[in-house]
Amino acid sequence: MSHAISDALVVTKRQWLQLIRVPEVLIFSTIQPVMFVLLFRYVFGGSISTGIPGVDYVQLLMPGIFVQTVAFTLAGTAVGLAEDMQKGLIDRFRSLPISRGAVVFGRALGDGLLNIVVLFVMGLAGFLVGWRPDSGLFKVMLGFIFLLFFGFAMAWIGILIGLSVRSARVANAAVFIAVFPLTFLSNAFAPTTGMPKPLQYFAEWNPVSTMVAACRELFGLQNIFGVTANSWPSQNPLEMSLVYMVLLMAIFVPLSIRKYVNVASK
Amino acid sequence: MSKATTLPRVKSVIAEELVKTYDGGKVRALDGLTLDVSEGTVLGVLGPNGAGKTTTVRVLTTLLIPDSGRATVAGIDVIKQPEKVREVIGLSGQYAAVDETLTGWDNLIMFGRLYHLSPKAAKQRAEELLEQFSLTEAAKRPIRTYSGGMRRRLDLSASLIVKPKILFLDEPTTGLDPRGRQEMWGVIKSLVRGGTTLLLTTQYLEEADQLADDIVVVDHGKVIARGTSDQLKRQVGGERLEIVSAANDLAQVKEIVAKVADGNVNVDEGIRQVSAPVTTGSKALIEAARQLDDLGIHPLDIGLKRPSLDDVFISLTGHVAEEQKAENEGEVKARGRRRKK
Repeated sequence: MSHAISDALVVTKRQWLQLIRVPEVLIFSTIQPVMFVLLFRYVFGGSISTGIPGVDYVQLLMPGIFVQTVAFTLAGTAVGLAEDMQKGLIDRFRSLPISRGAVVFGRALGDGLLNIVVLFVMGLAGFLVGWRPDSGLFKVMLGFIFLLFFGFAMAWIGILIGLSVRSARVANAAVFIAVFPLTFLSNAFAPTTGMPKPLQYFAEWNPVSTMVAACRELFGLQNIFGVTANSWPSQNPLEMSLVYMVLLMAIFVPLSIRKYVNVASK
Repeated sequence: MSKATTLPRVKSVIAEELVKTYDGGKVRALDGLTLDVSEGTVLGVLGPNGAGKTTTVRVLTTLLIPDSGRATVAGIDVIKQPEKVREVIGLSGQYAAVDETLTGWDNLIMFGRLYHLSPKAAKQRAEELLEQFSLTEAAKRPIRTYSGGMRRRLDLSASLIVKPKILFLDEPTTGLDPRGRQEMWGVIKSLVRGGTTLLLTTQYLEEADQLADDIVVVDHGKVIARGTSDQLKRQVGGERLEIVSAANDLAQVKEIVAKVADGNVNVDEGIRQVSAPVTTGSKALIEAARQLDDLGIHPLDIGLKRPSLDDVFISLTGHVAEEQKAENEGEVKARGRRRKK
């Protein structure tokens, strides 16, 4: 059992070594979200009204972009695992006397921890363009921890996708199709009030929305950016997000481990 | 050790009636495959692409569960106790299954730690292996900068970290250039001298000939022949005396060969070759050479030819070993060139 944890940490360490050997990956995976910060701040920021006196768009935008970026964690996870499969590395791992969950757990943890770097750089970029969370250090930190957990939970979806597709390119496309609409059918960038009614309900129950709303609360804002139906998720975004994360893990951790055990790579 | 005095050995690997089908039974990757490997010996599993070689290795190394059949490795059931099997085997695959973005050193440390060596022991073992496989200089370079041969050597070294009782090599030289192949053969031979039990798959007949004590020929998921390289060759036919001479000497050469031969003499005027089966081996060769010399005939080439494993394969399966046409043509050309020499 103690081996299971140390095995997983060896796999996590491998990912950090990869980042050191090929730093471009880290550079580009942080440039992209920073680019999003700047684009949304300056392209859309001027035309989207927050509806809250004294609150700039950037205050609402940053939690949205944080959540979007963290949600896309699973892209890296899926692509990385699909590559490992293609190259036969997963076969090698599976022929070793290690715990069945170690490789996938180590991977999810590694990708989850990578978000620390990404979030830090994004937070800095946000600060430079006017983002000022005013809920106090404790709550801000809590917000970031919340985001890290969300990323870790999402990584497990990536693991299942990565182990299920034939190639890394398919993994990338599959993830994009799955996650991109989720992040936009939400309250992350624009008020949901402008959407057709059925979409408004979807958007409110969308885990991305509850996460964004939860982060906004933790960063000192009220969640009034498009509350349509006064649904439970929009009233209790923190609780709902926690439920979602537990649910995600409860479903995808066992599925991923089962997939890993039975996987037939080419 | 001569064959007659060899005692029956412990079987390190046993596979019985393995069946694995895909696409609802349409594709029978393994169709009742049975084989075994004696302790301390090398079994070559020879067959064309798609014959079931890799599937066999995947079953024996616990990566794949067969539909039916039974297999043990070091006496441990691969289906019932896969985790025990993993402790005693090493696997080096057809693809270089190492992390290409990491250095050789990083990879060996990672795998060492996954074999539960302490950090210190992992480092020590990595140093030893890099030294043993002449990779010390390349240790701190990312694998993607390695040549094909270096990559395979590193892959192989990763499978030797805990000195496995039984080593599985799935097409260890596929895709390597001749030099890389020679290097790899050298490395494998030295392992075998050290007493490693080895199951090796290959589509190269020469490779099986060079490395394996016993060979099983696999086609369509079944073993279609087994024996030592010599036995398999004998199955196809014995030795032949072959003489290539100048065109106007052919008639005389034929006469001399007929005297020492044990069967029909064949004359191929196209390549100016006279050949015939012989049973007395080098005696026949020396006798023929002496008589030719007496007549003042100096052949361009004279020799005893034993059937190659290529011949064995064709006579057993009715098709040539390599499936790909391009490779096939290259092979024929290479053989033609060898003959001309």
